[in-house]
Amino acid sequence: MIRLSGVQKSFGENHVLRGVDLEVGRGESCVVIGGSGTGKSVVLKCILGLVTPDAGTIEVDGQDVTRVSRDPFLARFGMLFQGAALFDSLPVWQNVGFRLLRGEKARPRREARDIAIEKLRRVGLGPEVADRYPAELSGGMQKRVGLARAIAADPEIIFFDEPTTGLDPIMAGVINELIREIVTELGVTAVTITHDMTSVRSIADRVAMLHGGKIRWTGPVSEIDSAGDPYLDQFVQGRAEGPIETLR
Amino acid sequence: MLRAVAGLGRLTLSLVAEIGRMLIFTLEVLSHLVRPPFYPREFGQAVLAVGWQSLPVVGLTALFTGGALALQIYAGGARFSAEELVPQIVAVGMVRELGPVLVGLMIAARVTSSIAAEIATMKVTEQIDALVTLSTHPMKYLTLPRVLAAMLTVPVLVAVGDVIGIFGGYVVGTWRLGFNPAGYLKNTVDFLETLDIVSSLAKGAAFGLLAALAGCYFGMRSSRGAQGVGRATKSAVVAASVLILAANFILTEVFFSA
Repeated sequence: MIRLSGVQKSFGENHVLRGVDLEVGRGESCVVIGGSGTGKSVVLKCILGLVTPDAGTIEVDGQDVTRVSRDPFLARFGMLFQGAALFDSLPVWQNVGFRLLRGEKARPRREARDIAIEKLRRVGLGPEVADRYPAELSGGMQKRVGLARAIAADPEIIFFDEPTTGLDPIMAGVINELIREIVTELGVTAVTITHDMTSVRSIADRVAMLHGGKIRWTGPVSEIDSAGDPYLDQFVQGRAEGPIETLR
Repeated sequence: MLRAVAGLGRLTLSLVAEIGRMLIFTLEVLSHLVRPPFYPREFGQAVLAVGWQSLPVVGLTALFTGGALALQIYAGGARFSAEELVPQIVAVGMVRELGPVLVGLMIAARVTSSIAAEIATMKVTEQIDALVTLSTHPMKYLTLPRVLAAMLTVPVLVAVGDVIGIFGGYVVGTWRLGFNPAGYLKNTVDFLETLDIVSSLAKGAAFGLLAALAGCYFGMRSSRGAQGVGRATKSAVVAASVLILAANFILTEVFFSA
């Protein structure tokens, strides 16, 4: 269980999070939606400790994330970054098996490579990709490699940051399906950040809308079309007119 | 007038703050020296990148500088009939001063820029964040191997540069200025002292440390976008060059003040 209570974060004069309260149950797939620049990614980074909140508490399974031992804590997580964030200097298999090659639970290179190739296969990539470098892959393939890296060490919790941004609709559909399959198959807790409504409907059990630095609405994905919240309605239907201010 | 003073004050404050941040960064890097895990593979790659791959540029720089130095000393010495001092002054000049400083500046240009650009790009593409989520400390994985590699390989580069620089002077001295080859070598060896060589290597280690630290520090502090990467790289090279020249003065004072 992930629980955020009154989380605030400012960058200079920009108050991004103004008291975020959110709960994500074990084994649940929660999708956080919201416009660009509303602080969705900051929420994930606060949970992981990449960004320190100014106020509020974040707990994972009842433990305050600021007081836990970092390495065992992070070992429970996998993350797919928006731009995949693959390491340019390493071949694909070493990217996927990065965690398996280092640290206290490091495995022999041969075994790590085999696991990496198996994870690549899981995301639909063949073993011929293993020795290529990230720069030699298309955007969609990079996202898949990022996904393979996120699941490589069998994490309990996976974060997906804008998993379909920059992909064509077909590839976005493929990635959405993969995420849904992986979340269901592995039984992990998942938090996805997106503003792509197709992704929301494919991936989510529950949806939380972030607006004005707070969770504006939260509920089951089946209720997003009938919630009656004007902000959510405008976002879901992609209307320019409504309470959410848009720049023209 | 008041505005100019205020501007000067702000500039001074930001400079002092930057020095303070660099110092804290340095202490943090050094604190990882004794705390596992260590990354020998990354260290090995850094040794190759900093040391081995810098050899050609260091060698060429030292060769031409040694030759030019011999010509200058000969021409200058001729004004008061001291042309015969070319071997001794080339040796001392290269080993004490020009070898370490030129190698340091070449490393600042080649290695500092490369480290800063690489780390800054990793920062803006979230690769540094990815490292953290994979339970890998960026300081240990990226900074420490590069800093250690530079500290250990730059003295070797300086030694190579010193030898090649002296050889440049020898080539010009014997082929162009008519020095006896055996006499040139004897004068060179006889004139150099252990302290000259020790100071040269110590300067190399210090300059390597500063060059790698500046690259890592500005890379890690890079702001978003291509402009951020460019700014980080430029700042790193400028800072490394200035720090190397300042450190050179201080170390010269320490080793050779009467």
